[in-house]
Amino acid sequence: MSTTEEEVVEEVQTDAVREAIAKAFADELGDGFIEQHVRPGSDLWIRIAPASWVAAASFARDKLGMTWLDFVSAIDWMPSPFGREMDAEQDWGAEGRENEAQEMTTGLAGGDTRFQMFMRLYSTEEHIGVTIKADVANDSPAIDTLIPVFAGASWHEREVAEMFGINIVGHPDLRVLYLPTGFEGNPLRKDYPLVSRRVKPWPGIVDVENMPGDGDDEDEAEATA
Amino acid sequence: MADITADLDITNEEQLRYIAGQAADARVNIELETEGMTLNIGPQHPATHGTLRIVARLDGEKVIEAEPIMGYMHRGYEKLTEVRTYPQVTTLINRIDWVGSFANEVPFILAAEELMDVEAPPRAQYIRTALFEMGRIANIMLFLGDMPVQLGGVTAIFYAFRDREFVLNQIESATGGRFHPNFNRIGGVKDDLPAGWIKETKSAMQKVRDFCDEIEDLVMGNEIFQTRCRGVGIIPPDIAMAYGLSGANLRGSGVDWDLRRDADSPLAWKDLDWKVWTHPDGDSFSRFWVRLQETREASYMVEQLLDGLPAGPIMAKVPRIIKVPAGESYVQTENPLGAMGYYVISQGELTPFRVKIRTASFSNMSISPWLLEGVYVPDIATILASLYFILGDIDR
Repeated sequence: MSTTEEEVVEEVQTDAVREAIAKAFADELGDGFIEQHVRPGSDLWIRIAPASWVAAASFARDKLGMTWLDFVSAIDWMPSPFGREMDAEQDWGAEGRENEAQEMTTGLAGGDTRFQMFMRLYSTEEHIGVTIKADVANDSPAIDTLIPVFAGASWHEREVAEMFGINIVGHPDLRVLYLPTGFEGNPLRKDYPLVSRRVKPWPGIVDVENMPGDGDDEDEAEATA
Repeated sequence: MADITADLDITNEEQLRYIAGQAADARVNIELETEGMTLNIGPQHPATHGTLRIVARLDGEKVIEAEPIMGYMHRGYEKLTEVRTYPQVTTLINRIDWVGSFANEVPFILAAEELMDVEAPPRAQYIRTALFEMGRIANIMLFLGDMPVQLGGVTAIFYAFRDREFVLNQIESATGGRFHPNFNRIGGVKDDLPAGWIKETKSAMQKVRDFCDEIEDLVMGNEIFQTRCRGVGIIPPDIAMAYGLSGANLRGSGVDWDLRRDADSPLAWKDLDWKVWTHPDGDSFSRFWVRLQETREASYMVEQLLDGLPAGPIMAKVPRIIKVPAGESYVQTENPLGAMGYYVISQGELTPFRVKIRTASFSNMSISPWLLEGVYVPDIATILASLYFILGDIDR
């Protein structure tokens, strides 16, 4: 993580409440609990095995009072194969396009697979939320439905299914939500091209021109940094 | 029937086939009667806040099953943010809930500020909060005028449009945009307030309160409004929570939760003296009532903000080219339509790696198949209007 993260940790040191919630999940889920990340005084992330996905949600709802379903969604961690090649040259930076991330890097609480499901639950009594992540298999990604625990998960899961191509096992009605019937592809996957951008390259940061009176040298150094 | 067969001069076998055919036709007729009909509403918003289609299966006047079909306005903002720099994103997300645009920008900017470890100076936070609340007022005034229209009372909407102008004019004179201010910057706001703005805004707030009184007289005391809304479209709190309802829809079901009070936000709500309104009934009327109280409360909040406006800069020191350090952050605020949040994942680039946009209307609307089951056809429009959703906020 970045240095800013570490500074915050040094300032506040610990967050007993969120640590306790993470521990409760760990005790309940056993081997299903993989990793946790606490940003003291602010937020909590945990990563669980996909088999514990539904169990974690019902545990949070019944035992931790997190009865409010915020959202369910997914992340595609693969670096975009299109990168910034369609961008104007001035946006590439000093090293050209070489500085593009080639390796897959995952976020807080880690991850091993390309696709990751994440849901956010919140307690309107305690005013504490948790982001729960679960890795899903790279080939034929799938996860169990949350509808038995949170009825409102239905639409969120339909969106995940069409946008990421992740199969929601046990969902009674997995039709497309936004896309036209018969649409091919999963638009929010990183390897799905944004066609308009491929047809017409972006003009670049033309609006960040020097203001009158600004030192030219200093700004150019900043722009290419 | 016997006469017809006699005329046709048919054999015994043909006669049997004929009778069997008649019986089959009769069966079909019977089935059609019991199956009821399928009613297609739209693609159009019953309250014209965008384009929505509802397919309802009816038994007489009763809805057996209602299914909203959306996506007519899906613009793919989550994908588009991945190829926009952080300052460019606010232009897009302005258009999510287009009636309360200013509030759309704030949680995204706060999430980016959290990742960059930047905090806007107090004056900027006060200006943000004041415009946020004015956006709420302008947004909910439209609702207060529009819901009576669904019940056949068209007068209120004209009062709403008339008085909303006072608020929109103030937003415009401060930000330059009537509907799409695009006024927030990472680290502060674009401009300071124009001269004389505070005085004019205070008079606009007085007009808002007069409007609220007028609506209270005109609409809430109306007998037809009461009979059509009381006890209709009841949402119990536990169901509301499972569907992730938020804002006045949740507070109208008696859940005392407001992110302005309950979340640790850098905005100025914590400095104000105000009250969270709830109503225990959970019906269409209570949602209307809560929104009316919130509008009035917001007008007092704006006045307090303007009285306590601190002096100082409006921008923190941020680099000209904004690169957000790698990390993840989720910030949610209490927007006019309910809880709106941005889950921003950065990998240290000029553009976000992924932005998950959690909008209030999406969750608020997801309860509609459950809620519309068993209601009468004329109540569909009332109930949907009382949930108050903007299609851009559902489809993104």
